[in-house]
Amino acid sequence: MTGTDTTNGLTTSTLESGIQELDQVVIRFAGDSGDGMQLTGDQFTRTTALMGNDIATFPDFPAEIRAPAGTLPGVSAFQLRFSSFDIHTPGDAPDVLVAMNPAALKAHIGQLKKNGILLLNTASFKPLDLKKATYTVDPRTDGSLDGYRVIEIDLTARTREALTESDLDNRGKDRCKNMYALGILYWLFQREVEPTQKALALKFAKKPAIVEANLKAMAAGHAYAETVEIFQVSYTVAPAKMPAGTYRNIMGNQALCLGLVAASNQGNVPLFLGSYPITPASDVLHQLSGYKNHGVVTFQAEDEIAAVCAAIGASYTGRLGITSTSGPGVALKAEAIGLAIMAELPLIVLNIQRAGPSTGMPTKTQQADLLQAMYGRNGESPMVVIACSTAADAFEVGYEAVRIATKYMVPVMVLSDGYIANGSEPWKLPDVDALPKIEVNYAPEGKPDEKFKPYERNPETLARPWAKPGTKGLVHRIGGLEKQDITGNISYDPDNHQHMIDTRADKVARVANDLPPLVPIGEKSGDVLVLGWGSPRGAITAAVTRLQEQGHKISCAFLRHLNPLPNDLEALMRSFKKVVLPELNKGQLASMLRAKYLIDVKSYSQVNGQPFQSHAVEDYMRNVLQEVK
Amino acid sequence: MSSVEHPKLTKKDFKSDQDVRWCPGCGDYAILNSVQTAFADLGKKLHETVIISGIGCSSRFPYYMDTYGFHTIHGRAPALATGVKLSNPELDVWVVTGDGDAMSIGGNHFIHTMRRNVGLKILLFNNRIYGLTKGQFSPTSPQGKVTKSSPLGSVDYPFAPIALALGAGGTFVARAVDILGPHLQSMVKQADSHNGTSMIEIYQNCNIFNDGAFTGFTDKGARDERILYLEHQKPLLFGANKDKGIAFDAHFRPFIVEGDDLGKAYVWDETSDTPAPAMALATMDEEVFPVPIGVFRRQDKPNFEYAVKQQVETAVANNKQSIKDLIYAGEIWDVK
Ligand SMILES: Cc1ncc(C[n+]2csc(CCOP(=O)(O)OP(=O)(O)O)c2C)c(N)n1
Ligand code: SF4
Ligand SMILES: [Mg+2]
Repeated sequence: MTGTDTTNGLTTSTLESGIQELDQVVIRFAGDSGDGMQLTGDQFTRTTALMGNDIATFPDFPAEIRAPAGTLPGVSAFQLRFSSFDIHTPGDAPDVLVAMNPAALKAHIGQLKKNGILLLNTASFKPLDLKKATYTVDPRTDGSLDGYRVIEIDLTARTREALTESDLDNRGKDRCKNMYALGILYWLFQREVEPTQKALALKFAKKPAIVEANLKAMAAGHAYAETVEIFQVSYTVAPAKMPAGTYRNIMGNQALCLGLVAASNQGNVPLFLGSYPITPASDVLHQLSGYKNHGVVTFQAEDEIAAVCAAIGASYTGRLGITSTSGPGVALKAEAIGLAIMAELPLIVLNIQRAGPSTGMPTKTQQADLLQAMYGRNGESPMVVIACSTAADAFEVGYEAVRIATKYMVPVMVLSDGYIANGSEPWKLPDVDALPKIEVNYAPEGKPDEKFKPYERNPETLARPWAKPGTKGLVHRIGGLEKQDITGNISYDPDNHQHMIDTRADKVARVANDLPPLVPIGEKSGDVLVLGWGSPRGAITAAVTRLQEQGHKISCAFLRHLNPLPNDLEALMRSFKKVVLPELNKGQLASMLRAKYLIDVKSYSQVNGQPFQSHAVEDYMRNVLQEVK
Repeated sequence: MSSVEHPKLTKKDFKSDQDVRWCPGCGDYAILNSVQTAFADLGKKLHETVIISGIGCSSRFPYYMDTYGFHTIHGRAPALATGVKLSNPELDVWVVTGDGDAMSIGGNHFIHTMRRNVGLKILLFNNRIYGLTKGQFSPTSPQGKVTKSSPLGSVDYPFAPIALALGAGGTFVARAVDILGPHLQSMVKQADSHNGTSMIEIYQNCNIFNDGAFTGFTDKGARDERILYLEHQKPLLFGANKDKGIAFDAHFRPFIVEGDDLGKAYVWDETSDTPAPAMALATMDEEVFPVPIGVFRRQDKPNFEYAVKQQVETAVANNKQSIKDLIYAGEIWDVK
């Protein structure tokens, strides 16, 4: 089987004993939020990454920390896909579903592939459990699970059996049942157990009884699968042929923070983060708070407005101010971002988007804050907008944000989303010594008897000087009132106001002058160009490469820079008969492109809180290709 | 400017070249004058001083000072200034705000600045009105205030900014009056020497929209009887001959003492470990009691930026992790 980016299901034909080789597998763990599904998925992911497979993950958890046990709103899931070739998404439908209770089964069975393996924990299929999951009949008895390879195990009883000698009480023992399930899957997919042994020993270092119980449960699950022969075969997936280098599995928020810190170090510009907790952006606050050893100052403010204002204060002082949040927080920060635009100070606003409007669905993903980033402020207040498209890409985007903010003295909005933030993938680590240069210049001491000109501009970038308070001879006043160019004095002069608005826009536009060329995947002209930005990148790449293999004249390209747009975008768009733009919003970038270029961009919109499925994108594009012909 | 090694700046050196644009007769002029005088007396340096304001008539203040200045957005000056202080604790950071700016839209930042004890010096110009937006009642306007937005009198109960600051854990809380220059300058100097957040409420006359709001106790003829000067470790006495005093009952309810009882006047202790006496004075009925000015409370307590700086500096000093180590961390593997 060649490595195309599609999932084929586990073969079931000849169930001879032995080990069968697969090129990829999609597994979904689903259970109560208290069942440890995220931890289980995470362990499988780490182990598999270390074994050299390509891997992509999609944690999907409820907004409530602990919704009532056993209910549908309480179901927490973790999907992962690993392979022996380069993959771009965590897969559409799973080959294996682990359902720890009826609610998990009900929520996820719909997506399990035909003939897929379904592992059920029978301990939680009592009448009350079924009722909580709104089942009127036991799904194991009504034929609804025909067509799946159902494996029923009383995980609770098995785990307790395995832990008879443990000092833990039953509650504690029952907490280990996810490890029992993991042991089964480790046998089934021939995973090494050492990485998990090490990780658990580290995680519960202060609680040896818990480490021991978890490891025992895992070993017992492994042995059970091997000896009881519930599976006739086990499977293995060979390591992927990835470009040579050193790798690490990374989540989007982590990579973003690393990019910021690496750039800060490169440019010798210390970071300041002002933030207020919000899902799914809080991990940025957590992560950067742990980088004090790299000189990062973090401030958990009283609200989002204080957070961004403190970041602006930091930038005024010569640090690089960053503020991290999600859409509702960006709404609160709008006025202050306008101030940073007016004061022409660098600032980085990280918007880890979630499904809106209002509080919306905090743990679900969406890209519907693009127009907010573009236009969500009063007055003519353009700002640079860039977006990351994968977990690993977030490193480069964080780096790029620092470069632009400091070079042009402008606020930069970085768009990520919940899917990128919490999903993980192997990241080929960059050569730290070869990272692009970032040059930050502060205004030198002023000359006596010469008045400092706070708005005297760099002719190339139009950036004004970065004058740190504390520097002799540079005293000056800035603020939100319109300023006369060059002198920085308050000015209500009509010509000056026109000039300043034009200048602020020009400054942002000039960012396009040093962008790398757009490189499409596929030919530079053809029938259909699929444009993408942000997290749909994986699904689009997978769909388009499959269609290319089928001989279609289709290409795709991805935009990191959304404002300003790359200078070569228009020509690329005009080289195709049709441009299609899948977005997890109601067509926001599509409408921007239509307005700017008067090109009839076709929007493919999805706003259900879930990422695109690559097969859906493929089907959609096939129809478009049909229409174009 | 003289060419001496360390030329001490004069009041004039603190004046910027911008024309002052407040209404003629506005109390803000007197405050500007006192601040410039005090700054010169304190030997401040222009380039080490930063003045950060919100929005309002009062918040135009930074434009008139030849120091670093940032005129920000409505209510947010303390938040922005916190970022400045955390980034460079060496800077001398002053916040200028109004009663609307600090008590209404910026109330949240005001209380949290107090709570954290950020080393900011806050000058709250309280004219008990929204000046810049042309005269609506503010959160410090007395109940019943007739304005364009309260034609039948406002029904809101007002805040006492001093009480709010005390309640939020303020470590230096004081009050001054625009036209009592020497006293105001002394408050500015004491605020300057305080290590954490200093907050001075300055009663300021807005002669356009709330003229005479404070004349009941600031007029030359009324002052002696109506103003209670708080002096550390001295009894709370007032009146031209200091023949009246303030005492407290067991519940810290104030009452006036005179004659034989004068000896019962409370001996003021601005460093008291309980905020109760300060709170009692801050909430006294202005109609019945004299109006206290001076330092209500002063407490030594490590400031916020110092603690933050210490954590970062210690972490940096002990750091053995290069950026490469940071990136090449956790479980990594090689692909050949
Ligand atoms: C977000 C926002 N809302 C409202 C305003 C309008 N506004 C400007 S100043 C002000 C009130 C100022 O009152 P105060 O703080 O007491 O200052 P004063 O003018 O009395 O010195 C208001 C409501 C604004 N500038 N920004
Ligand atoms: S409106 Fe009032 S506070 Fe504002 S400048 Fe005029 S007098 Fe002063
Ligand atoms: Mg006012």
